Amino acid sequence: MKVVVDRDLCQGHGVCESEAPELFSVSKQGVLSILDEAPPEDLRGQVERAVRFCPTGALRIEED
Amino acid sequence: MTVTMAEPPLVSGCQEPHGHLEELRRDPIGLMRRVRQECGDVGRFRLAGKEVVLLTGAEANEAFFRAPEELLDQAEAYPFMKPIFGEGVVFDAPPERRREMLHNQALRDKFMRGHAATIAGEVQAMVAGWGSTGTIDLLDFFAELTIYTSSACLIGRKFRAELDRRFAELYHDLERGTDALAYVDPYAAIESFARRDVARAGLVELVQQIVDRREAGPPPTDQDRDLLDVLMSVGDDSGARRFSTDMVTGMFISMMFAGHHTTSGTAAWTLIELARHQHVLAAVVAELDQLYAQGEEVSYQALREMPMLESAIKEALRLHPPLILVLRVAKEEMEVEGYRIAPGQLVGASLSVSNRLPEDFPHPDDFVPERYLEPRAEDRANPWTWIPFGAGRHRCVGAPFAMMQLKAIFSVLLRGWEFELTQPPDSYSNDHSKMVVQLAQPCGARYHRRSSP
Repeated sequence: MKVVVDRDLCQGHGVCESEAPELFSVSKQGVLSILDEAPPEDLRGQVERAVRFCPTGALRIEED
Repeated sequence: MTVTMAEPPLVSGCQEPHGHLEELRRDPIGLMRRVRQECGDVGRFRLAGKEVVLLTGAEANEAFFRAPEELLDQAEAYPFMKPIFGEGVVFDAPPERRREMLHNQALRDKFMRGHAATIAGEVQAMVAGWGSTGTIDLLDFFAELTIYTSSACLIGRKFRAELDRRFAELYHDLERGTDALAYVDPYAAIESFARRDVARAGLVELVQQIVDRREAGPPPTDQDRDLLDVLMSVGDDSGARRFSTDMVTGMFISMMFAGHHTTSGTAAWTLIELARHQHVLAAVVAELDQLYAQGEEVSYQALREMPMLESAIKEALRLHPPLILVLRVAKEEMEVEGYRIAPGQLVGASLSVSNRLPEDFPHPDDFVPERYLEPRAEDRANPWTWIPFGAGRHRCVGAPFAMMQLKAIFSVLLRGWEFELTQPPDSYSNDHSKMVVQLAQPCGARYHRRSSP
């Protein structure tokens, strides 16, 4: 699984960071860093919630 | 490339001296619908000395909402805001500074949990004095409530505790001071502009009284320090206060502006539409009763899991978007669907027209919350035409806060109370005579305490 962000849509709300802090980090200026773009399977639930609750629909999962 | 681009067609009804200004002040939605009917996705109308290129439909909207600030600029598009905010605030700042300010820490997800509880508390305080039955004016009620919620969440609960109805009433006069005549002269001698200026001075006076009390009292503790304390503590090189009370008030007005009349109006329209559609109301109340069956507090997690209420709010937003037209100024030449947009022209996207395109939203004028349930999901299926919050990089940065706030408000109201309209259901409408759209009064509702919440 691969996590992809659309930078045109991301506004740095940090919902993903709340769902999976080990994968997402949002700076004070609101810039998102994806810490592991190919996260392990056991984090799938958290990643799916991050995608689902992202307020701008900026995240998606691409399967390998 | 420029030789092939056509001028966008001009809509009918252009009259001297101000083009379509008088029609925009009288019936803006009628004007914008006619632009689409006569001109298609890209049309043009005249606003005093300015030309407005009006875009509707998915393709044109995408071009509008994807354009960077450097190409389509907001600063000059809203001349009616500057007398409200004052000097040096928001639209007076350069684009990069505005972008930074948008990342207002208070709107971050990690603060939403605290905001949910704050908002629920404010609603409870508003209804604490209600008897078993009574009537409210929907505009007055929700406009006052959202002054308290937005000041508590964005500035601080301590500041909120120092406000009362007077602040809400003055703020309302500010919002009424947004006549489109500002495109001719933001200081024209009309009553609504005069009231606007008196109201702003009145707000500065209220904030000054709070500042004076704080200066006379003990210094704030770390726990109760709010944004006003922070701004009061910033000094310039000589040690004097860097931000005057006028500037601080302007900052507070601007921070609250985007989230005030918008949330207030949407709350009122959600209640009106639910009262008009009793079967939807019953489903929403059942959803809330089940979700809070154990008598839980209103929590952020609960607020994420209420598809019926969320769909009803989304449908109220689609039918009655609090902003009907968003504007920018073209800084460079642009092409949209073969038409030329010239530097200096205003460019608009019509939220109220796009939200009701029949090709994207079957039965566009009907209240159909089911359209948001899977698999239809018509909001996500139409990201460039389901645009109550705008779209793309310019999407309202407060949208998640607004949705959370509305769900928290109805979590309290609908579990404790039943509501009915006091006027014929079709008599509720918006007042479009100002750029800030508000519910037209009277707009009454009657409440009854629920026997078994």
